[in-house]
This record gives sequence, C-alpha cells and structure tokens, in this order.
Amino acid sequence: MTGVELSALTKDYPGGVRAVDGLDLAVPDGAFFALLGPSGCGKTTLLRTIAGLETATSGTVRIGDRDVTRLPPGRRDVGMVFQDYALFPHMTVADNIAYPLRIKKTGKAERHAAAADVAASLGLSDLLERRPAELSGGQQQRVALARAMAARPTVFLLDEPLSNLDARLRLEARTFLKKLQHELGVTTLFVTHDQAEALAMADLIAVMEAGRIRQVGTPAEVFRRPANLFVASFIGSTPMNLVEARVADGLVEAAGARLRPPVRVEDGVPVVYGVRPEYLDYSAAPVDEAFHGRVVVVENLGTSSLVTLETEGGVLVHVVVPEDAEPAPGDEGWASPRPGRSLLYREGDLLTNDVAAAA
Amino acid sequence: MVPATSTRTEPARAEATDVVGLGRRRAAAFVAPALVLIVVFLVFPALWTLYLGVTDYRLTGLEATHPRFLGVRNYTDVLADGRFHNSLWLTLQFVGGSAVLGQTLFGFAIAWVMRERPAAVRRTVEALVLLAWILPGSVVAFLWLALLDRDGGTLNAMLGTPGTAWLLDHPMACVIVFNVWRGTAFSMMLYTAALGNVPPSHLETAKLAGASTWQTLRDAVLPKIRGHALTSLLLVSLWTFNDFTPFLITAGGPENRSEVMSAYVYRTALGEGRLGFGAAISLVMLLINLLIAFAYLQALRRRRA
Repeated sequence: MTGVELSALTKDYPGGVRAVDGLDLAVPDGAFFALLGPSGCGKTTLLRTIAGLETATSGTVRIGDRDVTRLPPGRRDVGMVFQDYALFPHMTVADNIAYPLRIKKTGKAERHAAAADVAASLGLSDLLERRPAELSGGQQQRVALARAMAARPTVFLLDEPLSNLDARLRLEARTFLKKLQHELGVTTLFVTHDQAEALAMADLIAVMEAGRIRQVGTPAEVFRRPANLFVASFIGSTPMNLVEARVADGLVEAAGARLRPPVRVEDGVPVVYGVRPEYLDYSAAPVDEAFHGRVVVVENLGTSSLVTLETEGGVLVHVVVPEDAEPAPGDEGWASPRPGRSLLYREGDLLTNDVAAAA
Repeated sequence: MVPATSTRTEPARAEATDVVGLGRRRAAAFVAPALVLIVVFLVFPALWTLYLGVTDYRLTGLEATHPRFLGVRNYTDVLADGRFHNSLWLTLQFVGGSAVLGQTLFGFAIAWVMRERPAAVRRTVEALVLLAWILPGSVVAFLWLALLDRDGGTLNAMLGTPGTAWLLDHPMACVIVFNVWRGTAFSMMLYTAALGNVPPSHLETAKLAGASTWQTLRDAVLPKIRGHALTSLLLVSLWTFNDFTPFLITAGGPENRSEVMSAYVYRTALGEGRLGFGAAISLVMLLINLLIAFAYLQALRRRRA
C-alpha cells in the first residue's frame, strides 16, 4: 500500500495567499495521477507539499501508511523530477543518477552498478560518461527520471514533465512515460496545465481551480461528464459548447433550438446546456432538435474541421465536421447533439438524475 | 560633420579605419588630454619609483640633492632585511586571516543564512554590514581605537576586563578582526548575487535526496559559484595586501608587531626618509601582487578548460 492520501490539506504563503485550500485527495497505489489546472491553481504547490519542499499549514499528507506531514523531504521516500530537470552540470550522467545513493552512503561500486542498471532500462547506457550539457532535452529528462528512480522511491512526483521538450519530442516522451509508469507500477503524480497531456497519460485526473479540486476521475469521465462548468470549459482541445438555456414544456430551449434534455428537469429552470463540438452532427439540410445558424468560421483541424455557427440570437455554436464535408462560410447549417452526449448544468454543477433513461 | 563625410571620396579602406570621419590628427587631439593625465599621474610616478629604487635618494640631507646610483643594492638589502621578512609574514597572516578566511567565510555565511529570511531582516543585516564598509577609513579607525582603548574602551567595559591593552597585547589579532568586520560586506554582496545564480531546483534535488547542509554546499552550491568565489578571493586578497588602514590603528607597532607591508613602506620611505629603499620595497610588493593575481587567474582558467 503506497498510495498518497491528503486530508484537509491547506497551504498558506506568507502574505495571505492560500495556494491549497482544505484539500482532500486519495491517490490509489500504482496510479498514474495527473494534477491538472490553469496556472496559479495551486497544483505545483500541492506537488511540492507532498514532496516536503513546502510545509503544509494544516492537514495531513500520508504516503502509504506513514504520516509524512512533518517529515523532511529526504525521509519521505519520494523521487521528484523537476521541470528544469535540475541535473548537476559538473557531474557525469552516471554520477547524477547515483546522486541520491551517494547521499544515502551507498558504496561506490554498488551505486554505480545501480545507476548503470537504471540507465540501461531508460536507454542511457551509452551516455553514462557524458555531462548534462552534452545531452538533448529528451535525454536530460530521462537522466532526471533515472536519478529519481535510482533510490527506488515509493512515489514519483513529476513537475510539468513535458513542458521543456519541443513539440515532437513531447509526444514521444508522453508515450515513453506512460509505458514506463505501467512497467514500474509505482504511484506517480504529475502536474500539468495541458489538458491533452493529462487526458493522454493519466489513469486518474484531478482538475484543480483556486486551491481546490473540482473533479477527480478517469480521463473518460472527466472528458465526457465534467462535473461542473469549470471542468467542462477547461477540458477538451476544442472547448465545449455551453449555452444558456431554459426548460419549457419538458424541452430545453437553447440558442433558438428546442432539445430533449438528457435529465429530467422542472420547467422554468435556468440551466446551461453543454455539448462538445465532437458530439454534434452537422447537417446542411434542416433537422429537428438541432442548433440552426449561419456558418461564420471554418478552422481546419487536419482530419476534421471546426465549424462555428452563429445562431439567430448571436450565440456561437462549434461543431466538428469530418473532412470532405466542410461547409463554406455563409452557408446555413444545423447541428444536432448525439443522443446521450449532452449535459445540463444548473448553478454550475452537472445535473445527474437518471442519466441513462434520458435521450 | 555629416555632410562632409557624405561628400568625401576617399578609398573604402580608409573609411573603415576612420568610422567617425575625424581624421587622424583631430582624433589624436581628442585623446591627448586623457593620455597626458595618465602619463603625469601614472606612468611618470611609476618610472620615477623604478629610478628611485636604484638610488640612495632620501627625503632630507645630502642624498636628497645628490642621490647616488646604487644598482640592485637596495633590492638585495630589502630581501635580506629582517624587518622585511617580518612584514611579509605579518601581511600573509593579515591576508590569509582577514580576507581569505574571515571575510570570505563570514560573507558567505551571512549570504547563505540570509537567503531565506524575510526581506526586512535581510535588508537590516545587509545595511549594518555595509555600514562598516562605506564609512571612511579614518573614521572607523578612530571608532576601533575607542573600542579597544585600555582605559575606558568599550570592549573592556563590556567584557569587564579593565586595563587590558588589546592593541599592545594582540596587535595583529586586533587588526585582523578589524579588517574582517570592515570588509565582509563585499564578500557578502558578491555571494548573495552568486547564490541567486544557483537554481532552486538544484538545492531541492539535494534536499529530496536527504543531503545535509554541508553536502548541499558541496554538490549543488560550490560548483556553481566557483568562478564567483575565485574572483572575490582575487580582489579581496589584493585589496587586503595593499591595505593601509591597519596603520591608522596600530601605526605598525608595538615593536613592528603589526607592521604589514604598506605600513613598512610608509614608515621606511616617509618616516625614516629612505625614499630609495622604500621605492625598492614598493616594487617587490608589486611583484608579489602580480604573483597572487597570476595564481588566481590560473585557477580560473583551469576551471574553464
């Protein structure tokens, strides 16, 4: 059992900034866990508090069955990879990897053997005698990972692991990290502000805003059923359509369209109707239960296009249209939500009563 | 000036060496005043010292009007002089104790400890340390005389040791402690800046590995600030070697026991009026300075290679 458990964790910075605000979180053993949120939401502070680099103002941090809240970082048994990798420039790759073992007073032969082992598993065997300055960004990251792994910690912490890599390497590193994490099976937390990165890598995602967690779930849950408007607007490469709506005669009236609600709601309630552009079907001919408007912008996304419809009320609705079916700007178009893919929010939170029955 | 250059029809090569278009003569005229100042106040005294060093020139008496040429005799006399040996040894103690050890260790320690303190505390400490540095030498010398005075000195009053003559019993120690107090500000400021260059993530990597303060300094900090440390050591060594302030406190005494090089030169050349001999000591001092500088520059170069 080496999960991470936070309860009522609060971190105040001098000057009155509350970076983490009474936060409860359980990271299951072996999970690849993402802390996702916009900059300034406290995700890095949270990671650093788990590492022990920041001291919690109140609340507890448990790693496995140990309460580590007051332990110094060196005794928490965590391995951390910093955003800038923090490799010591005057040491060779081998010495860098063996560094935590050297501090733990492991014998020279033993720690070099351990470093060579870890290096081999990360494909660094040929680079052991080099200096960090002679390595590419991707190689430096793997050395930093190897250093974190060398002391065999029970938890890995990665701070923005992909942000210092260029776009091509980033994709490669993403796959590499995910594969590595599954092979090692060590509980791993990483911080990112990139929702695509979190969706792609993590088993579980915690979406944070202003020091609090707004939703914890698998990537599929977070993507398909955002628990609130903040998560709904934050997750997704193309932002979700969130349209002010009103319920009348059992139907949702949103941007001039009358749509069947995904959940039962009383008449007259102001709600927000949410549907992802990917879950809307575009049609050039009139269809029932669809947003109707004029195409104002068509953005090419590669294998598909993002079409923006301007409805009569001036509300913009985004639709993803597969390739070769793109309308031209100025065309009239209809966008109908796929059954079971639309969501209703009331006062910011997802409405969830008898989900499956609707639509 | 601009239209003149535009109508000029000189070859392109001349243009390249004369970018402003002043012409050689006018350019020289601009530089001349500065050169004259340098020659009058720097080159001439230096050459004059070289000349004095090979004569028996004195401040007063027959030799003042008719100095005799002595060749290298002044230099052989200096190198054989017991007072010179004593002075050189005291100067090395002074440099090693107050600059290399005292100011450097103390300055670094303050910079390291203040690094994570609240800004108000840090600024107050820095201001106090700086104060010792920016006060005029004559003023601080007077303050220290008052502090160390045998009768009614502040230190004796604080320690309850009336009648202890610090300056007579421990002249060299007093001068060294004084210079540590006076010069720590420079090292402190330099190391504060240098520590700002150490990435926080490097310190935290050491912290996560469980490193002690000493291990953190050895692995994460010192390798990053070695260049700063050598530069600082070079500067404070040379400054301290040539520092004259000890003379203001002990005047080289008692019995030459705090007569560092600068005091030795001053007392020989101006106190006893032996200008020729004093000039010879000055040149020896200059050579020792060059030696120190050369050693540090070698260390710096080895680091870059």
